[in-house]
Amino acid sequence: MAEILSLHDAVKQFVNDGDSVALEGFTHLIPTAAGHEIIRQGKKDLTLVRMTPDLIYDQLIGAGCARKLIFSWGGNPGVGSLHRLRDAVEKQWPQAMEIEEHSHADLANAYVAGASGLPFAVLRAYAGSDLPKVNPLIKSVTCPFTGEVLAAVPSVRPDVTVIHAQKADRKGNVLLWGILGVQKEAALAAKRCIVTVEEIVDDLQAPMNACVLPTWALSAVCLVPGGAHPSYAHGYYERDNRFYQAWDPIARNRESFTAWIDQYIRGTADFTEFKAKLASAAEVAQ
Amino acid sequence: MSYSTNEMMTVAAARRLRNGAVCFVGIGLPSKAANLARLTSSPDVVLIYESGPIGAKPSVLPLSIGDGELAETADTVVPTGEIFRYWLQGGRIDVGFLGAAQVDRFGNINTTVVGDYHQPKVRLPGAGGAPEIAGSAKQVLIILKQSNRAFVDKLDFITSVGHGEGGDSRKRLGLPGEGPVGIITDLCIMEPEAGTHEFVVTSIHPGVTREQIVAATGWAIRFADDVQITAEPSAVELNALRDLEARTASAHGQAPGEA
Repeated sequence: MAEILSLHDAVKQFVNDGDSVALEGFTHLIPTAAGHEIIRQGKKDLTLVRMTPDLIYDQLIGAGCARKLIFSWGGNPGVGSLHRLRDAVEKQWPQAMEIEEHSHADLANAYVAGASGLPFAVLRAYAGSDLPKVNPLIKSVTCPFTGEVLAAVPSVRPDVTVIHAQKADRKGNVLLWGILGVQKEAALAAKRCIVTVEEIVDDLQAPMNACVLPTWALSAVCLVPGGAHPSYAHGYYERDNRFYQAWDPIARNRESFTAWIDQYIRGTADFTEFKAKLASAAEVAQ
Repeated sequence: MSYSTNEMMTVAAARRLRNGAVCFVGIGLPSKAANLARLTSSPDVVLIYESGPIGAKPSVLPLSIGDGELAETADTVVPTGEIFRYWLQGGRIDVGFLGAAQVDRFGNINTTVVGDYHQPKVRLPGAGGAPEIAGSAKQVLIILKQSNRAFVDKLDFITSVGHGEGGDSRKRLGLPGEGPVGIITDLCIMEPEAGTHEFVVTSIHPGVTREQIVAATGWAIRFADDVQITAEPSAVELNALRDLEARTASAHGQAPGEA
């Protein structure tokens, strides 16, 4: 059964230094508030897993939480580079970070395999690509029936997965809809799973076949309205495209980045305070 | 109507998508061209985005690969794993429509690094969905602006394979799809030469010279025997494109043409 906890308590209880952690969400429902809380609590030596490391991982990497990154596309969508990710890879700042690079199809299959309790995923991939030359974990397997050579990649089984969803009920059953990405697979592949939600309701009123994660498959559910900002929560708020653009100059150099993290993340008690600070800064700027 | 070279590129790319084709769409230029095709010559083209929407019909261009507009206008939205497993690997994609940071003469794509992988000069975003789209889609179209920094003699990294080393390279690799059948740029259209599978110029956009194309290509680009002149964008095509860009700019708070 998932416990209904504050985000502070959930991260404290379920995320440990040295863990492999997947914060998933494919453009939609990105668990930003949880990423902030990991930074606030100074978690370190994490192996971060995510198909599309964007702002949330730029922040975690620049804040010194990551020892390794497993990913398949790293950028600020529609804007450009992730400057903190690049600084870590190119200049080892704030520390050296190992990267393990895959393709989307590979990682999506690896999550499915993880959720299925399998040690590896098999897919038709990578023939002619240089990625297997730089990632020794991309291997091949021969089909015992047809002789076809296919790619084999280790399944992803994080110590903890964190996702954001629209609704939970009071028992901690979770409902999400819209673009689902790999969240269900990531949740079920992990040893522990934290879900932040927009609201907690008496009855999910989930349509048949809806994407519902039952409470007994989760560790903690935390009420964090707006917790996916600057990404969006379908039915609640839209993507804050301007924040993605504003992030570029903030992250571009180490000083402006660190000042931002100190002021907005380390300098706030929780996501509610963060939102208030961001809103008052926006007001001053107008 | 007068038009820009970027508009010519998008229109020329849109014309390549036949009506009814099932198209796996990359974000950015491919998405713009594919939606222009849907709004003009190919109303029944089926657009699939890797985030999960199948049959998306966005009224404004998405800024990210998973904008809510794509989900709301789609026939169905499936998990990302399913997109790659059932719909792409399952052999249901007619055309993979890709952008690139760099390409070579065989249509191989680099979106990973410039320079050494471990000591990169420039670290690019990485593979995303492209390697398996390039492998498994029945055909691939590539759209990018032409310059000798983007059209290079030798890629530092092959992220997504085109025709490999040329010739029967793809067949030897056992790839199910035919590979890239066209590279559409702001200057011209290139297509693979029969046999060698080296990309050669088959159509030059109006007003562009061969010298411009040679100067903007990092390898000794060749021209097909019967090079065409690309038909100018029609008023219908230009109006549809400009309306789409204006709607997009207004929705996302951008300057027109920025999307």
